[in-house]
Amino acid sequence: MKGLNMNKISLITVLFLLVATVTQAQVKKGDVLIKNGTLLTITNGTLENTDILVQNGKISKIGKNIKAPKGVDVIDATGQFVMPGIIDAHSHIAGTSINEGTSQVTAEVSMEDVVNPFDVSIYRALAGGVTTINLMHGSANVIGGRNETLKLRYGTTNPDDLRFEDAPRTIKFALGENPTRGGRSRGIQPQSRMGVEAMLRNSFSEALVYKKAWDDYRSDKSKRKVTPKYSLRMETLVDILEGKILVHCHSYRADEIYMLMKVFSDFGIKKLTFQHANEAYKVAPELAAFGASASVFADWWAYKLEVYYSTAYNAAILTKNGVTTSINSDSGELIRHLFHEAAKTQKYGNLSDSEALALITLNPAKQLGIDDRVGSLEKGKDADITIFDKHPLSTYAIPQMTFVDGVKYFDKATDAKDQRIFVNPESSIDVVQIFDREEQHQCMQDAEMVDFNVLFNNK
Amino acid sequence: MNKFIKILVLVFTFAPIFATAQSNDANKARGGKFALTNAKIYTVTNGVIENGTIIINNGVIEAVGANIKIPADAEVFDYQGKEIYPGMIDSGTQLGLKEIGSISEAQDFREFGDVTPQMQALTAVNPNSVAIPVTRISGVTTTLTMPDGGVLPGTAATINLFGYTPDQMYAGSKGVVMNFPSAQRRRRQTEEQAEKARANALKTVDEAWDKAEVYAKIQNSPDARYYPEMEALADVVNGDMLLYIEVNTAKDILSALDWVKERGYKKVVFTGVSEGWRVADKLAKAGIPVIAGPVQAIPTRQSDAYDAAYANPGVMQKAGVKVALRTGDTENSRNLPYHAGFAAAYGMGREEALKAITINAAEIMGVGNEIGSIEVGKKANLFVSTGDPFETSTQILNVFIDGYLVPMTSRQTELYDEFLHRVPGAQKEKVETDG
Repeated sequence: MKGLNMNKISLITVLFLLVATVTQAQVKKGDVLIKNGTLLTITNGTLENTDILVQNGKISKIGKNIKAPKGVDVIDATGQFVMPGIIDAHSHIAGTSINEGTSQVTAEVSMEDVVNPFDVSIYRALAGGVTTINLMHGSANVIGGRNETLKLRYGTTNPDDLRFEDAPRTIKFALGENPTRGGRSRGIQPQSRMGVEAMLRNSFSEALVYKKAWDDYRSDKSKRKVTPKYSLRMETLVDILEGKILVHCHSYRADEIYMLMKVFSDFGIKKLTFQHANEAYKVAPELAAFGASASVFADWWAYKLEVYYSTAYNAAILTKNGVTTSINSDSGELIRHLFHEAAKTQKYGNLSDSEALALITLNPAKQLGIDDRVGSLEKGKDADITIFDKHPLSTYAIPQMTFVDGVKYFDKATDAKDQRIFVNPESSIDVVQIFDREEQHQCMQDAEMVDFNVLFNNK
Repeated sequence: MNKFIKILVLVFTFAPIFATAQSNDANKARGGKFALTNAKIYTVTNGVIENGTIIINNGVIEAVGANIKIPADAEVFDYQGKEIYPGMIDSGTQLGLKEIGSISEAQDFREFGDVTPQMQALTAVNPNSVAIPVTRISGVTTTLTMPDGGVLPGTAATINLFGYTPDQMYAGSKGVVMNFPSAQRRRRQTEEQAEKARANALKTVDEAWDKAEVYAKIQNSPDARYYPEMEALADVVNGDMLLYIEVNTAKDILSALDWVKERGYKKVVFTGVSEGWRVADKLAKAGIPVIAGPVQAIPTRQSDAYDAAYANPGVMQKAGVKVALRTGDTENSRNLPYHAGFAAAYGMGREEALKAITINAAEIMGVGNEIGSIEVGKKANLFVSTGDPFETSTQILNVFIDGYLVPMTSRQTELYDEFLHRVPGAQKEKVETDG
């Protein structure tokens, strides 16, 4: 009797906890009818004077003359442009730290532990029409930490509310100058692109040994079998080998991009996106043949040697060679006008409107494995939507409203100046930070043993 | 026999050179007498000519208007349906001084020392910087290229983005640069440290200018010693040279206004001016022109509106401040029209934003009679486009700098041409040969 009671109590406790967890994880879902806009659907062309009905956070209907169900807000988008929320496949906003630089392989750490819902950059990104970001680990090490895909549900104080539910896991790798610079400053490998390749091959070979030990253990019927050592780092690498984690690799030069594809071919890893990839255009046919994709800047270059041989035509060359390409920000500034960055591909390579818009919607969604949920205006997809006053590829376009799951998080008409949700009572009122573009390169933040600025500054 | 061999040798030696020279002509600029016809001409200073003609001769604009007779010896360009604008001027870059961001050997904009106003940016401009053609084929024909570093880091120069020596590029304007001592805390600085740093910098500044004012009085006496720092500053004291004061926070701008008033210097321009919108009326009242930017920037304070930096130039212009714009960039100075476009969209309007990157910039630099608009007698700095240059879908078709028609190529376009359809592609096929 006693035992049974205990079981019942345990069961009730577990059930209660489950319900509590589920309730907590529930994020706001909205209902709204956006009427009479020009819909840039991405997957189904441009639809003039069309309505879009959102129910419980999902797009439930797209068509003409849709009647608003009872109690649903109606937004008149006559003369305005409605597009899917912009997706940034490379961001460091909303993170309290960027690099775990203690080792050249840190697959065990994850950005999910450092999500900062108070970052006002989230609101500023929403004001640029962005609804989803890939909060990335930095590029200090060859195999960095896991990234976290976020929806910009600004206003919450709970980091979990920002999570893109059920998004596949992704991880950051890095090649070239950044990880080799780390090696040099610490006197360890890698200090060259040779060392980077060796480190990758070593890591995956080690992971295969680890996997075999566990596979043997699991198939071993013996009662006296010994449990192998558990390692989250190795578990993560095994998941990469098994295609359960998508790799996003910081890279610049064509040779290193080509190298990683060879390594991945040898280990049978298929899901691969090159980040930055300023020289990806040089190996575009190889990328297309591999099925790798690229997430690039519109025009950043010359800030270091490995981006000196860049061309702003990168995205266009990749697109025209059949590579799934996105334009990313890697910056709290650029993220606010990704629509404008994407538009530059019309100057540099004459991409069509739909090709240019896909660079910041459907293509990054594919790269993050969330294209079944977001990236286009389609029935059944999440209602992550942005409304512009002019065509979003115009320099003059100003985002008017941004919705995540049908909930409006930005409205130009009612935009209050001060959008902070946490004000440090000890901070002075007029803390002023003058914008410095160089500081926007956050990939190496906190990564260096030596502060190069201090070292080379006369002051 | 000997003669024959000699000829043979000559032919084989020079044949490749002739061939190269010929094929490279397309990549060379050329001067001459040009007639640009049937275009919509945005003169900036005299309105828009719907269907006009521009005659360029000997580097200058010889004629502009709707009914211009085309000289018989002019090379005619029919720009039907196209638009012509004055070359855009980026009023704050390190173009020519900085080639690669992370490599100190590839940078020449910073000299050792706090007070080095005699350091000449112009002398370190590399006319062959890869970024220069990248910039000019976007219609940016002129930049103010600036030293940076200490309190008085050097003398900036306005350059045209075509020429093979700094002198060929020089656009006729120089100015001493000063970083106004800021009350703003830097990263990892306590308030006391910041105040101390500011006080020290201000002391350095005031000592330098006190000396300069004395030096200005005695510099022509035979007993005056050679003092290059003071020579440079004395030009400002005497009103012969511009003084660009980099100042950004509202508090610092107000201090700088007081400082300028007290010193009484005449040719002063404020640069950066990120928080100019907070004190726009005071700037307007002081009559000090500004070079603002970058426009595509994050607001200075967490509590600011998201679009504070976009709106800043418009707020100042509407308050009556004369505004020019800068990218504050080097390799991406080509984005100047987009910075202007954002300023336009967020309150400045297109016409004023266009002025801010043409005539206002030229006038602020004191070369408004030479560049910045399409007028008879001005330097032929202009570009031809398919439409509004603030829009990214617009293509720039031709660029004229100092009357030269410059080639529309850069390393970035060359890489595009080579790699759009790479040969060989993914599969390298063996080429069959006879030998």
